[in-house]
Amino acid sequence: MATEPATEYSVERPAVFEEEARREGVEGMGPWRLALRRLRRNKIAIAFGVLFVLVVGACLAAPLWADDVAHTSPIKNHLSDTIVVDGKKTNVVSLDGVPIGPTWQGEFFLGADTNGRDTMVRLLYGGRNSLLIGTVAALITTLLAVLVGILAGYFRGFTDTVVSRSLDVIWAFPAVLLGVALGTALTLSGLNLGPIEISSRSKLIPILIIGFIYIPYMARPIRGQVLSLREKEFVEAARAQGAGPLRIMLSEILPNLSSTVVVFFPLMVANAILLEAALGFLGVGIPPPEPSWGNLIGDGVDHILSGPHLAIVPGVALVITVLALNVFGDGVRDAFDPRATIHLEH
Amino acid sequence: MLVVLFAVSVLTFLIFNVIPGGDPALRMAGRQPQPGQLERIREDWGFNDPIYVQYVKTMGQVFSGDLISYSTQENVWNEVKGRIPRTFALAIGAAIMWMLFATALGLYSAVKAGKFADRSLTILALIGISMPVFWVGALMNYYLGFRWGIFPNGGYVPFADDPWEWFYHLIMPWTALSLLFIGVYSRILRSNVLDTINEDYVRTARAKGLSERQVLLRHVLRNSMIPIVTLWGLDFGAVLGGGAILTETVFELQGVGQYAAESINELDVPPVLFVVIFGAFFIVLLNTIVDILYAALDPRVRLA
Repeated sequence: MATEPATEYSVERPAVFEEEARREGVEGMGPWRLALRRLRRNKIAIAFGVLFVLVVGACLAAPLWADDVAHTSPIKNHLSDTIVVDGKKTNVVSLDGVPIGPTWQGEFFLGADTNGRDTMVRLLYGGRNSLLIGTVAALITTLLAVLVGILAGYFRGFTDTVVSRSLDVIWAFPAVLLGVALGTALTLSGLNLGPIEISSRSKLIPILIIGFIYIPYMARPIRGQVLSLREKEFVEAARAQGAGPLRIMLSEILPNLSSTVVVFFPLMVANAILLEAALGFLGVGIPPPEPSWGNLIGDGVDHILSGPHLAIVPGVALVITVLALNVFGDGVRDAFDPRATIHLEH
Repeated sequence: MLVVLFAVSVLTFLIFNVIPGGDPALRMAGRQPQPGQLERIREDWGFNDPIYVQYVKTMGQVFSGDLISYSTQENVWNEVKGRIPRTFALAIGAAIMWMLFATALGLYSAVKAGKFADRSLTILALIGISMPVFWVGALMNYYLGFRWGIFPNGGYVPFADDPWEWFYHLIMPWTALSLLFIGVYSRILRSNVLDTINEDYVRTARAKGLSERQVLLRHVLRNSMIPIVTLWGLDFGAVLGGGAILTETVFELQGVGQYAAESINELDVPPVLFVVIFGAFFIVLLNTIVDILYAALDPRVRLA
């Protein structure tokens, strides 16, 4: 992939690099503009970023496809319907329960599932749910990870011990096991936290679970960064001017974390989408009949003998989306951090 | 670390005990309990005790091997014992496989940095990271196993029964599980090798006339392996402890992880608690082994 060869340059031939910088007028540009510039030059990363935007666009347009092309809805069964393919009348689901494969025409473009539901329509609507869960979960992870990371890194001592040990506890569970355990428990009862009540069928449950599980993966590197930032001269200067802890955290440290957050975010979304798929496969994602890519893959794996397209279609959609996010995220990381010091620990 | 283990066990216990709808007596009594039956079950299993008493009792049973499952009423340790060879076979084979492939591919990628081979390997590694393991597993099962009949379609054959069949049945699970790790590890190794290759001692090694092969294998690789070995210890420990739930489930290996997943579905707390502690034990164990390996790889650690 287009990892910028800057790593090799800067070590072996710094003079070349400097000269290049002078020639291109990089001097005096801020880190954000520099990063944006490097990212724009990384054609592969941009291409995959565009691919991701296209996937999002397609999923947002799901109702258009459902109403105007496929003329059905994601949860409407067509068990006993027939359609005309290549001039021949065919059952959507044959008498022995085998659904029709891809027809490559408006209705049942990618075939049907065992209930006679249109796979393409379900794929697009499922994508909306998967992307929604992925993005919101990643947002929750980011918010909480930055919060606890700053608190632990800035105050150190007791706060740090409590935060770090709690993160260790979450970390010590295998992610999937913790997700399934929480998912099973919460989908039975719903969540009651004082005044907040979340119904057991709400999409918020998988979102909260996924967002929660990934906190340590992001909070640890942020805490480490805050630990070193708080010793920097500008923090000392702020303190000398009489700034309190809150002001130092918000206006001195937080802005310096923004590039880390920007680097992590696409990768967090990718991981959240993957975890949603795993939970869907194990039956604790969004409750059916509502589709998500996880539910669709899980369903497809169960019925793979009656139609492999049921597993292949949502799986390919998911792999393309996650791959696009990973490649783009990689490009963003290289742009901000050509020496690649930020690593997403697995 | 012991504090973390303790907290993990408490958390697991609480998740299933505090949340309403998780009352095990209700499920054990069946749909239409006789009058008084519920009370009897609660009394027999100690569900009326305060929660901390229940916790202490259950943890005692975990370590004495007397833990009984709520749903099958069988001894949890006996059940786990029968599944350990399956999980270990998966974990050990896959760990060797992903380490070998990741080292070879990562090193090759770094040597060819920026060239076509490197770029394609990086894309392949990213694809490996982006594929859900259960999806790959299911497609392998369907095409390689069911349709084309190249490999057996899931299941497990004990090594003692037939070593070849054992190996043959495990090839697909090993591959599916390794793909993700190969992707992650080879990329980390690649960037480490690129960092190491510019160190002074590497130039010295070249200057004293070592062959490129010796420089790469003895001087560069050895130092670049250190972060990978740490990661490998954690991941290997997690898989040994039943962490490969998805792989075990999709290939029907009936290992420890699959047992945990099935028990969660039945809200059967004792096996889940047992497997979580079992898994955490292996993570701690492998961490220790990795620290020792460290010293072997990096003499500087020994001095410190």
